[in-house]
Amino acid sequence: MPQDRQPQPLSPPSPPSPPELRTAANEPLFAIRGLTKSFGERKVLDGIDFDILRGETFVILGRSGSGKSVTLRQLNGLDKPDAGKVIFDGRDITALAERDLYPVRRRIAMLFQGGALFDSMTISDNVAFPLREHTQLSEAEIAAKVQEKLGLVRLPEAGPKMPSDLSGGMRKRAALARSLALDPEVVLYDEPTTGLDPMTSAAIGHLIRQIHGHLNVTQVVITHDIALARQVGDRIAYLSEGHFRFVGDWAAAERSSDRELGDFLAGRELAEEDGDHAASAQP
Amino acid sequence: MRVRNLAQRTGEMAVLSGRAFAAMAARPLEVTLWFAQMDQLGVRSLAVAGVATTFTGMVLALQTAYSLPSIGVKYYIGSVVAKSLVRELGPVLTALIVGGRIGAGMTAEIGTMTVTEQIDAMRSMAVDPVKKLVAPKLGAVLVMLPALTVIGCGLGILGGLLVAVIQLNVQASVYLNNIVQYLTLADVVSGVGKSFVFAFIITIIGCYNGLHTTGGADGVGRATTDTVVTLAITVMISDYFLTRLFILLVS
Repeated sequence: MPQDRQPQPLSPPSPPSPPELRTAANEPLFAIRGLTKSFGERKVLDGIDFDILRGETFVILGRSGSGKSVTLRQLNGLDKPDAGKVIFDGRDITALAERDLYPVRRRIAMLFQGGALFDSMTISDNVAFPLREHTQLSEAEIAAKVQEKLGLVRLPEAGPKMPSDLSGGMRKRAALARSLALDPEVVLYDEPTTGLDPMTSAAIGHLIRQIHGHLNVTQVVITHDIALARQVGDRIAYLSEGHFRFVGDWAAAERSSDRELGDFLAGRELAEEDGDHAASAQP
Repeated sequence: MRVRNLAQRTGEMAVLSGRAFAAMAARPLEVTLWFAQMDQLGVRSLAVAGVATTFTGMVLALQTAYSLPSIGVKYYIGSVVAKSLVRELGPVLTALIVGGRIGAGMTAEIGTMTVTEQIDAMRSMAVDPVKKLVAPKLGAVLVMLPALTVIGCGLGILGGLLVAVIQLNVQASVYLNNIVQYLTLADVVSGVGKSFVFAFIITIIGCYNGLHTTGGADGVGRATTDTVVTLAITVMISDYFLTRLFILLVS
């Protein structure tokens, strides 16, 4: 691997947090420094830096293929970067072996794009899975907890069903219930509204908002759905060509003079580029 | 490039094997999963393995009688059938037939889970997919494939007996005595020993290809085909070297 990465002054790390962000501690929960990742010849992430504060909902926007998913997968160590650090709660997790990442991952839940429910199990068993793996709870206590989480995502009746019996939106909600089973501190959302109709998308957005309010978790959402970003994001970042072109709150985003960000937020086709995101970005 | 690719895959399979064996021993022992896999991979392969080896035993008896038509040969049918089956055809045929069935099944199952992010979901929930998926399969196949091989050899010998008695007019006692006289413990050890190695090869290739599947339903199809082909070739090649090894060990 060539290590000729130029230290580049990038968009500044997070601005001082405004009071409404309910920041519990001074230091950020995640501090990402110089994250670089290539696939073959293509440099997907080219030394990005950002912070995620405790208790905020941080939205990473970007076009399809801009490296959003890759960024998200670094936050719980599912992928390793070529260079750079992911510091979670004061500890660099990029250096950890898979086994040592497990304690970290018990605190960080992830909602996958297609839900990724185990299709050989019922919805109840899916939600119970992390509880059976990681807690000493009795089956009765697990059943109660499963019902509570299914109620939270408004699927109280879905327990005995198989994942294939549910619609796309219901599958995502069931998967969200599973993610919340261990009462995580952080929830990572990988394109939570992709493939859903606008009304279901809004319902998912509402749910994300609600979880944030009730459980006071830190959330990271990657999406190209501007409506969702507006609905849930405390702060947003715009990822393009391996760099963050913008990191900040919505007011700053609206004022930003960055033309590409402006085009993206307005859903305009980018000059001399294919605009496939434009169609899917705006419900 | 292809050579490097092959070397890399072999290396990664070695790592997976190490992790799988470690996971088999690690607590908690997933007893329920093991038994489920033994049923699915072993018990349900019994019919196909049994039919294949029974008819192989019958064919061996016929071939021996008709291709070596000298006077005394038919009194040796028992040992020819038994030795061929126990040393060679039993373990190899069982590995090829059962391995094709269960190896492809493993790749399809784990491969689908990989492309639908279920494996990543498991990892994100701090659960080791090797412990949860690979180790129970490895344990189950290591127990069941040798068992199927032994049962298969028994059925093959019975098939040979049937043909010898009904078609070739050999007395059952002559056929069986001949087996008892010539079949040695070394034959059995070599046959069962091979099937342990084949069990390991089948599971690791099947699971490795599943865990490295990319590209949707199409990718699962490709990975499954690749498993069946790789398995057959690896079993054949390793069979030669295992045979040499066991000959060396005995002499």
